[in-house]
Amino acid sequence: MKSSSFEYHAPKTLDDAVALLARHAEEEARVLAGGQTMVPAMAMRLARPGHLIDINAIPGLDQISLTDHAMRIGACVRHAALGATAAPGPFGRLLGLLQHHIAHLPIRTRGTFCGSLANADAASEWCLLMVALDGRIEARSTAGTRMIDAEDFLLGYMTTALAPEEMIVAAHLPTLPPGTRVGFHEFARRAGDFAQSMAIATYAVAQGRITAPRIAIGGVVSRARRCPEAEALLHGATPDPALFQEAARQAATHAPLVEEDPYLRSLTETSVLRALTGAA
Amino acid sequence: MNALPPAKGQVIGHSVTRLEDGPLVRGQGRFAADVNFPRQIFMRVVRAQIAHGHLIAINTEAARALPGVIAVWTHADVASIPPIPFRATRLQGLEPYCQPILAAGRVRYAGEPVAVVFAENPYLAEDAADLVLAEIEELPVLLDARLPPAEFAPGTSTEPAIVRKQFGDVDAAFATAFDVVALDLSVGRHSGVPLECRGAIARYDAAHDVLELHGTAKKQHWNRDEIARLLGLRPHGVHLFEGHVGGGFGVRGELYPEDLLVCLAALRLGRPVKWIEDRREHMVATNHSREQHHSLRAAIDAQGRLLAIDAVFHHDQGAYVRTHGARVADLTAAMLPGPYRLHAYRVAGHFRLTNKTPAATYRAPGRFESTFVRERLMDAIAARIGVDPIELRRRNLLASADMPHARQLDALGTDVVLDSGDYAGLLDKSLARFGWDALQAELRARRAAGELVGAGIGFFVEKSGLGPSDGVRISVDRTGAVELVSGAASVGQGVETVLAQICAETLTVDYRAIRVVRGRTDRIEFGNGAHASRVTVMSGSATHLAALEIRAMALATAAPLLQAQPDELTLARGHVVRIAAPETDLMSLAEVAAHMGPGSPLMIGRTPGLTAERWFYSDHMTYPYGVHLAVVRIDRGTGEIRVERYLVANDIGRAVNPMLVEGQIAGGVAQGLGGALFEEFRYDEAGQPLSTTFADYLIPTLAEMPALDVLVAEDAPSPLNPLGVKGAGEGGINGVGAAIASAVDDALRKPGAITTLPILPRQVHAMLPR
Amino acid sequence: MTQHHSITLHLNGTAHAVSVEPRHTLVDVIREGCGATGTHTGCEHGVCGSCTVLLDGEPIRACLMFAIQADGRQIRTVEGLAHGTILHRLQQAFIDHHALQCGYCTPGFLMLAAGLLEADPNISDDALQDGLSANLCRCTGYVNILRAVRAVAAELRA
Repeated sequence: MKSSSFEYHAPKTLDDAVALLARHAEEEARVLAGGQTMVPAMAMRLARPGHLIDINAIPGLDQISLTDHAMRIGACVRHAALGATAAPGPFGRLLGLLQHHIAHLPIRTRGTFCGSLANADAASEWCLLMVALDGRIEARSTAGTRMIDAEDFLLGYMTTALAPEEMIVAAHLPTLPPGTRVGFHEFARRAGDFAQSMAIATYAVAQGRITAPRIAIGGVVSRARRCPEAEALLHGATPDPALFQEAARQAATHAPLVEEDPYLRSLTETSVLRALTGAA
Repeated sequence: MNALPPAKGQVIGHSVTRLEDGPLVRGQGRFAADVNFPRQIFMRVVRAQIAHGHLIAINTEAARALPGVIAVWTHADVASIPPIPFRATRLQGLEPYCQPILAAGRVRYAGEPVAVVFAENPYLAEDAADLVLAEIEELPVLLDARLPPAEFAPGTSTEPAIVRKQFGDVDAAFATAFDVVALDLSVGRHSGVPLECRGAIARYDAAHDVLELHGTAKKQHWNRDEIARLLGLRPHGVHLFEGHVGGGFGVRGELYPEDLLVCLAALRLGRPVKWIEDRREHMVATNHSREQHHSLRAAIDAQGRLLAIDAVFHHDQGAYVRTHGARVADLTAAMLPGPYRLHAYRVAGHFRLTNKTPAATYRAPGRFESTFVRERLMDAIAARIGVDPIELRRRNLLASADMPHARQLDALGTDVVLDSGDYAGLLDKSLARFGWDALQAELRARRAAGELVGAGIGFFVEKSGLGPSDGVRISVDRTGAVELVSGAASVGQGVETVLAQICAETLTVDYRAIRVVRGRTDRIEFGNGAHASRVTVMSGSATHLAALEIRAMALATAAPLLQAQPDELTLARGHVVRIAAPETDLMSLAEVAAHMGPGSPLMIGRTPGLTAERWFYSDHMTYPYGVHLAVVRIDRGTGEIRVERYLVANDIGRAVNPMLVEGQIAGGVAQGLGGALFEEFRYDEAGQPLSTTFADYLIPTLAEMPALDVLVAEDAPSPLNPLGVKGAGEGGINGVGAAIASAVDDALRKPGAITTLPILPRQVHAMLPR
Repeated sequence: MTQHHSITLHLNGTAHAVSVEPRHTLVDVIREGCGATGTHTGCEHGVCGSCTVLLDGEPIRACLMFAIQADGRQIRTVEGLAHGTILHRLQQAFIDHHALQCGYCTPGFLMLAAGLLEADPNISDDALQDGLSANLCRCTGYVNILRAVRAVAAELRA
């Protein structure tokens, strides 16, 4: 399990990085950030990039910047940096809930948030978060920078809208207003394994009624998805166990599963129900 | 028999720390990959990507052309080497099914070696291996051992043998039975999967005309003899060395194609050759195990007592017969009756080949499987006649008064005679320790509150201490240093410490001052290695006998020098002392050894040296036994099974080092949990392996471990050896599948629901009440 | 394309100048280039944790990083735990509590535990168990590994 040969580049600027990407796009140039997904794929020779462009030496990419309404997560920000202390309030709590489920500590110290997006695994917690909160991806090439909505970025199982000569520079996540309730549930075979099923639920309550409900599911679908039927049901309703049960059922019924499978449908319902019920 | 008194000794029976640990915690271990020789080259195996087909051609040109590649071999290059043999049981006719070291004309499993590449470094070797192209014309695959046998090769079928055993009049028992209980059960394909993959490093030392093989384990002497025979060498010119071994569990240390290939290459290419298996290779190349399908019927009386068992099973051996021959099927058939009184028994084990990785033994081979089957049966009988499963077992357990109990069966060529045991006594102790009665009340309350919780039991009988013999040589040098050379091997279980403890007990020296040599064919002529929980019984007994002889020699030598009779003397603190005045050291073992040197006047005409070699012989195995108890909780939403609490009670006659015994049991439980709930080598319909990484083959982590309690019992010492010991290596894993299946049934409130291992959340979820 | 690069790895406080191909993993270079074979490979795809080392104080999988990426960085391995003949307290605890059998996973577990305890000497028991579930052991059933690390954690808290 030794990787095939490649040429290694460690650019010091983003301009150099995207120039290298453009120059070697034909030879399967790949960006190396944390490497926690790509390096094993290379060890198994499932990936054989001709060029690796290591972006870890580019200043600033490891920065998290937080404004009143959004967080910008640089391309080299590690999973471990996104713990509960990265942001205050419900948004920070949600980050903490998710971060805890991403593999294990020695992976979290190296793997990056943006790398998870670039790999677009169906079981990625960060892809789920981006979809749940309407995040956007900042992608850059020699042609310039563009912003891509998470919904448009994640095309399917391990497929994204990123062009071969493009790299992710940062992810932008809208934060959640104070008072928002956040919940997350994940089922995996063992602690730290890829999710078989997971769900995020967030909502606020105003005058006893639910506002701004967001439900997103992952693992059971080829890419993270929102559950519009469940959100519609929740919107304006009074939160109670029966409502949550019905919303979970709606989410499961309408989920475009990777394959028709009563077990996966049931897992979907379980995850949504527990994310909703656990939201605090 | 010079039996050791049953009481705790000065060293034996104490949980002393291990001799092995110092270098291992410092990073100074010497595992296979840590062995390097100047000018070594690296071997990489090219493996079949297709499960079954005719090998039409292998194109090696591109690989040979790569700079740094030294050689590329296919079957044509090694055709003179016979296939890898097996250690025989009484079963005949397995020879045509042995594996050639490189596929000959036909590939029979995905992962089968079809070519090897030798190159200057491992990266390059892998580059070159990628360039070797095997052209294979696909044939239909056979992936289910229950299907009718197919053709293995012209003239031979995929059913090499049927293991048959029988006693009593089975048909008569069924004819008069009160009732008959029938079950169909399956155990999934999983295996030892040690953390260290295999490795083999060979070099030919022309100066001494010796072929060395490093990275070996378990069965060095047998392997040496076979390597010599297959390569046309003299056994004395082949030395096998054991360094540190990163877990054995049955699979490591068997003779595999790669061991012979590195030896052959070292001879032919004139350079040391190193091969280190990678994890993806390991998952398709190293022995699988366990996959069996059982159909059985039991004839019972009105009280649920067993009258007869009529069992049929299909053993999925994979593509070839390996070094164990039909051992797993043989042990399954022999051990299935377990701890219960049984008047008639008939078993037919269909030993069948399929297009999967070859299988062999994994810790508690044939017992993990048969305990699952037998204990499922006991639960089913209890449910049928409406009696508590514990009570049902009590009615059937053999009594202490029945011991020794001859089963009228043979296992591994020896008659099964259960040597000692108080089965009901250990059951009582286990239930009391676990708080079984209070637990039942607690579970009722939790169920009433909506939880899916249950408790289960598995009773097992192990076997250990397989003979026929093992020898140990102990030498004391003129500095008083003690060296113990054994034909045993170590796979990481603490052999050195245990043998040193036994030796130290008699010699009254510090066990930490004893050097234990094992796993080296150049230091002792014969040996039977480490497997089947045999080392403490066999090599431990030999150690005891050799130490007694050293003691006798020392006292005989010292007596005239001290103007005493030998029987007035004994050893204390490593010194000869008078029994009448044991506080006064008269002469150290070092001084005695000095008097026994080749120049000593005392030794004229005698063989010099304070050295003794003693052999222990056994024609019967010992039979440890025990109880597994489990509490599980099922998640209604996902079907996930959490094992909350677990107890293993294991009677092993005598625990030389209780801490090590508990360690063996805890490790066994974790592996058993894997086989019960997580681990499985899966294949798609084309025979492509689907469990080739640690992301697909799920080994339990700390997070999956239950709260574990271990009860090491010493109520029934073995009468078959001077220490009274029985093996402790396999009791921890033996009953896990049985106990967890029983507990899951209980949690589901559906007796008999669980019929297959591993128990998957998806299946459990489908069984949940809606 | 087998260009070689000269890099320096700071291993347990000693600078090692080594020549590597970009594709050489950190664990391979620690073992073969620096000769420190205490760090083991168990899967080479980042799951088993046998190759866990501390990179600038943080536990990482040394099979999931190329050595060239560690140029100039501080790496600690099992060989750096003891001070001469004095064992690190984790090493001593592993011996005292029989936390190893074959010893293959031990260096990875020791470095993982060292990383956890150094990052948070007051680590909660839950966090400790969660952290230790990152690595695989096939011999011990984890019971005694947890016991050993708990004992050291308790000493640190005291």
